[in-house]
Amino acid sequence: MHITFFDRMVDISTTISGIKLKNPTMLAAGILGETGDSLLKIAEGGAGALVTKSIGIEPREGYPNPTFLETEHGILNAMGLPNPGIENYQEEVKKALKSNIPVIGSIFGKNTQEFELLAKKMEQYHVHALELNLSCPHAKGYGAEIGHDINKVQEITRAVKGSVKIPVFVKLSPNVGNIAEIASAVQKSEGDAIVAINTIRAMAINAELARPNLANKIGGYSGPAIKPIGLRCVYEIKAATELPIIGVGGILSGMDAVEYIMAGASAVQIGSGIYYKDEKIFANISKEIREFMDSHGYKTLREMVGVAQKR
Amino acid sequence: MHKKDRLESPRIVKIQKVISENKDVKTLIFEDGLESLPGQFVMIWLPGVDEIPMSISYLGRKKGITVKKVGEATKILCGLKPNDNIGIRGPYGTFFNSKGKKLLVVAGGIGIAPLAPLIEMANDDGKVVTLAFGAKTKDELLFLKRLKSSCKQMQISTDDGSKGYHGFVSDLTLEILKKEAFDEIFTCGPELMIKKIVDISSRKNIPVQASLERFMKCGVGICDSCAINGFLVCKDGPVFTGEVLEKINDLGKTRRDACGRKVKI
Repeated sequence: MHITFFDRMVDISTTISGIKLKNPTMLAAGILGETGDSLLKIAEGGAGALVTKSIGIEPREGYPNPTFLETEHGILNAMGLPNPGIENYQEEVKKALKSNIPVIGSIFGKNTQEFELLAKKMEQYHVHALELNLSCPHAKGYGAEIGHDINKVQEITRAVKGSVKIPVFVKLSPNVGNIAEIASAVQKSEGDAIVAINTIRAMAINAELARPNLANKIGGYSGPAIKPIGLRCVYEIKAATELPIIGVGGILSGMDAVEYIMAGASAVQIGSGIYYKDEKIFANISKEIREFMDSHGYKTLREMVGVAQKR
Repeated sequence: MHKKDRLESPRIVKIQKVISENKDVKTLIFEDGLESLPGQFVMIWLPGVDEIPMSISYLGRKKGITVKKVGEATKILCGLKPNDNIGIRGPYGTFFNSKGKKLLVVAGGIGIAPLAPLIEMANDDGKVVTLAFGAKTKDELLFLKRLKSSCKQMQISTDDGSKGYHGFVSDLTLEILKKEAFDEIFTCGPELMIKKIVDISSRKNIPVQASLERFMKCGVGICDSCAINGFLVCKDGPVFTGEVLEKINDLGKTRRDACGRKVKI
């Protein structure tokens, strides 16, 4: 009865460019999400939406191991965009869609043509929106290497927008001088939402062996350590653009999510949080957001979005 | 903040001893303080080469992994000498959990590696173990001397008839089950063999636990490389119970390659 009472009093649903989410927690790209069955498990864990692994044109093995390790305050990975390729990925999307929650297709390409082709394919597979990976920090010729270049960001966003009808989200890298400037470029190119942030370019050294831990040497840092960086980026983007923002980076609890929402996010994504907790993190965070809103007099999530901007 | 009391980052250990088990298989012994249970695995880092999952074949402070040359990393592992360094993280995953008194252990080739410590532990606990151990040929068998005193009976099968029962270990298992009843079955080996043993167990209504193998990257349940029908071999496995195995439709049929493509087994 208590839960029903909360449900009536507090509305944690959110809408991102027309896509309605029952709660603001989404799976972040790259965590699980290579297989449709795993995506369904995340949906069972209470996620409001699913983002697929980043998918490219051809099957790709990614980097050799080690591709993962944990450090004191976060985790470091250099997977290297492994994925089965867009053709093979259709059956995984088909399965994920059985979850009956929005499925967002994450794609990466090395140029505009590849992005357009991937976008069209994902739309044919009936995903609800696209997320352009312009931010993977460690894949040569992909991700952030494109996302650092404001002209390329504009060109790719505009081209993808011109080739599909579904909303286009753009995931940005924090490894830039001025993230708000890049977000503004996305807005100018008619992108529908910003996802921020991807991982931070980082490294671990094994002192015993006097060498970098990761096979690729450089990887992306995620987890609790990057939350303040993500919050700052979301705050700056909110101040500079009108676009809805999906906040990502070190979200492990409902309070972390609330902070992102107050900075300006309309939804949040969770990746490393699954490592620190488990797949029930989505339901748990939703519950904690609801409790916070109830005890602080917020009736809708929208009321909370960006409130920290006004102080 | 941390999920566990340790960081999932490699510890560097020195190889203390190398045991040659047969022409393609070596056991590497090293010292590592972390406790592990039969069936669990560790991620072994060979700097500059790879990081791969390996079953723990010797438990305790002096741990061991038993490696068969199948690819580049395992070939290099097999060539390591005492005092060489390797990185190790883990132990990870589920373990063989025996509740019965009378155990049938079915091993295929190098699949004996995670089962050997189970057999020894069960024997120490006063349980009665029968081992059905199959290999292609007698030269591929290992651990026979090691396990002799821990098994009430040990039956060998070889595909070529060079030792013991001439045929598959699954057929040998059927023969054994005709004569004797068991409380539970534990198995590891080639996946088609595992599938047969799981089917036999389910037909005969004997609880079964099997250790599976999949291409693995992170080892901690986040990258999805080792996914099989929504289960992660690194976290939900490697040891699965019969109830879960029944839901794993891809068992013995398909696996995922390094790109995540489904390929036939």
